[in-house]
Amino acid sequence: MGKIASSRTKNSSGIMDWFNHRLPVTQFYKDHLSEYYAPKNFNFWYFFGSLALLVLVNQILTGIWLTMHYKPDAAQAFGMVEYIMRDVPWGWLIRYLHTTGASAFFIVIYLHMFRGLLYGSYKKPRELIWVFGMIIYLALMAEAFMGYVLPWGNMSYWGAKVITQLFAAVPWVGDALVEWVRGDYLISDATLNRFFALHVIALPLVIVVLVVLHIAALHTVGSNNPEGIDIKKHKDENGVPKDGIPFHPYYTVKDIFGVGMFLLIFLFIVFVKPDMGGLFLEHDNYVPADPSSTPDHIKPVWYFTPFYAMLRAVPDMQLGALIMALAIVVLFFLPWLDRSPVKSIRYRRWPYKLMLSLFAISFVVLGWLGMQSGSVLQKMTAQILTGFYFFYFVWLFFYSRNETYHEVPERIEK
Amino acid sequence: MMKKIILTMACLVFASMVSAAGGAYIGEPANTNIKSQSSLQRGAKTYMNYCLACHSMEYQRYNRVAKDLGLTEDEMMSSLVLTDAKFVDKMTNTMTKEQGVQWFGKAPPDLTVIAKARGVDWLYNFLINFYVDPSRPSGWNNLTFPNASMPHVLWELQGIREAKFETHTDEAGEDHKEFVGFETIEEGQLSEQEYKDLVRDLVNFLDYSSEPAQLIRMSYAPWVLLFVALFTFLAYLLKVNYFRDVH
Amino acid sequence: MNIPHYSYDFFKLKAKIHVVSAVSFITLGVNSMTDNVNKSRRNLLIGTSAVGAIGAGFAAVPFIKSWLPSERAKAAGSPVKTDISKIEPGQMINVLWRGQPVFIVNRTDKQMSVLDSLEDKLKDPDDETSIQPDYIDDKYRAKRENLLVVIGICTHLGCSPKYYPDLVAQSFDSEWQGGFYCPCHNSRFDISGRVYKGSPASRNLDIPPYTFLDDNIIEIGTDGGTA
Repeated sequence: MGKIASSRTKNSSGIMDWFNHRLPVTQFYKDHLSEYYAPKNFNFWYFFGSLALLVLVNQILTGIWLTMHYKPDAAQAFGMVEYIMRDVPWGWLIRYLHTTGASAFFIVIYLHMFRGLLYGSYKKPRELIWVFGMIIYLALMAEAFMGYVLPWGNMSYWGAKVITQLFAAVPWVGDALVEWVRGDYLISDATLNRFFALHVIALPLVIVVLVVLHIAALHTVGSNNPEGIDIKKHKDENGVPKDGIPFHPYYTVKDIFGVGMFLLIFLFIVFVKPDMGGLFLEHDNYVPADPSSTPDHIKPVWYFTPFYAMLRAVPDMQLGALIMALAIVVLFFLPWLDRSPVKSIRYRRWPYKLMLSLFAISFVVLGWLGMQSGSVLQKMTAQILTGFYFFYFVWLFFYSRNETYHEVPERIEK
Repeated sequence: MMKKIILTMACLVFASMVSAAGGAYIGEPANTNIKSQSSLQRGAKTYMNYCLACHSMEYQRYNRVAKDLGLTEDEMMSSLVLTDAKFVDKMTNTMTKEQGVQWFGKAPPDLTVIAKARGVDWLYNFLINFYVDPSRPSGWNNLTFPNASMPHVLWELQGIREAKFETHTDEAGEDHKEFVGFETIEEGQLSEQEYKDLVRDLVNFLDYSSEPAQLIRMSYAPWVLLFVALFTFLAYLLKVNYFRDVH
Repeated sequence: MNIPHYSYDFFKLKAKIHVVSAVSFITLGVNSMTDNVNKSRRNLLIGTSAVGAIGAGFAAVPFIKSWLPSERAKAAGSPVKTDISKIEPGQMINVLWRGQPVFIVNRTDKQMSVLDSLEDKLKDPDDETSIQPDYIDDKYRAKRENLLVVIGICTHLGCSPKYYPDLVAQSFDSEWQGGFYCPCHNSRFDISGRVYKGSPASRNLDIPPYTFLDDNIIEIGTDGGTA
């Protein structure tokens, strides 16, 4: 494997030189694309990072366009959405790209995170990438929640009420905090206005900055891969990893294929089934916000339901909120909870494979349970699964200490 | 040990899924066809004649309805717009919220997006399952939406019916009312099938107006997907070509 | 390595690509590769980029078109009906159409009598560049001679001109023959809305389409042909 054609830079015109003396454009291009060496063995799990970026761009672009037609006014908001859907030329498509994009974002992010679990991408030296990723996930949840309030349907209203009420679980200052967050004694115009401001500018800025940090940290240590083998250990005489290939053109071309596959599914939903039978756009949110009538069956959108199921499983409000918060906090510590020297699941033995599978299954089932009305049996199941969710991390901490594993090869084969 | 846990978990999940059924009475599906313009036109006519006086469609414009339903401005204005509204106006009515509360105990909701909120099957069953119930303020009750405040506006068309219930006592000693059938008291102007078709068209119109864009959206869908498929196929070939370098 | 690890790897869904020949790394279209592969790669690159560019073009359309006037704006800009029977000779009423002022002036004979004599002083007496319906003539610029219907927006930078009906000397024009004067940048128009030479405005005032529904009612915004 030779050096790639950095000779191309010799063709660069005077204009490029002019820029390079003032801003290292070519160097940046090399560092992050043409001479960023990624392992040659990425599989389809590695599509989701670039897809998350694509969805982010989609959300920002369609979001900007939606703000052009929307007014964050409690008396008008519901009508503004219908105005966009009917009166604005192509407004329906821009809105559906945004609403479907919200769900797609979480699908992609969950798969991206699970990829990290499969191949140990959170492990040393990539702990910081994982932590940045987790903060992005948190910011994304806040972003999605506030965006969900903007159509000012009845689910928006009561969802906002229930979620803001969670702040009451904070000891001593809880009630005052709830009032402060809402800016009123109930969810009102003031709440809608601040959620709008946070949704359209504050949180997107935070997310974009975090994404830059996430990628910068990744490009500092280099990408992991399905084998969990460090490609930097074996370099050729030019300092290029022997098992690495330049991100551009190889992975740009591959990711474009991934984008095509993603768009096929994404646009199918946008054009054929944009509300996904009530999963992406809930039925009760087509009823205008009504402070005097709670929807019969109040639940968050699907991407929050695993945590919502945990909240409901605990018969105490403060403890429930704490459990829910811990369920997310514990993920931050994953790089230090997993003490195994082996990264990829491919070289770990059956107990880890079994437990990780069960962990993933219980997370999905919790998500399903969070959408249900909550019978006694369902609540019991949710309690068991919540217990298992936390047990997994405890188990991992002790199991991974003296874990036996298959021998990891030095180089990536083939 | 591990297998037992998995098995127990699977059982619990399955059992909790089974127990999730229940809800409103949905006797038969609506079977509407959004692509049928004539059905939508009939539904619009029924809506203007029987519903609009109480239920506004405040986000929908007459001219949009005319365009999507294949009607000219003259046809729309002469046969469907019964108020003094203009062609470009939204489908509002003159009833205020206060009047609604006074007359029905609850303001009749705007129906622009009701089909999104309730679904066509619910609406269809709601409209065919009215029966007389002297205990209700309006004199009417509904199987699909028990104790609804809306009276049976279409009773002249459907006729007057009574609902028959049987009471069962279960092992715990609790009574359960079970619906067994309707009994016609007075024939309506339409036969049962005619009435159901009328309601089907009306519900079809409600489905259309909950999202007029669905007509455009679905007509674009195959072309958009075909185009993306072509792009993806080319991208795949390109990717395979490049990865021939990788060994 | 002694364990054939992919045989038990149930997470690895992608089939491995079997590479036929070992070739050195290159970027787009550089030597050392057989000509065939090179050629097909170039064709594929062109094809994929072309289809991608077309797709991007399609994707841009909704975003661009969403800036066009919405149905709400169109509804607000729908034709306006006005009663003109109450306008005294020499008076002007101001009607809003598409959110713009439309001037309707019931001109007196005296006001109209000067129109012919002004032609030398006007930039475009024959309405060569005017924006007006076809059925509007050059001089009176009206369907009914006495009734001027004109959009009250200066064609210079969009202020609304003032109506100075009387044929008396004004501070801005000592030989004023009646008409419209824009206070923003001193554009002057005659009583038919034609712009005087020496004004910053270059085009006569625009005339909207309008229709007389009957003797007293005018509808602005519809083309009813000649009345």
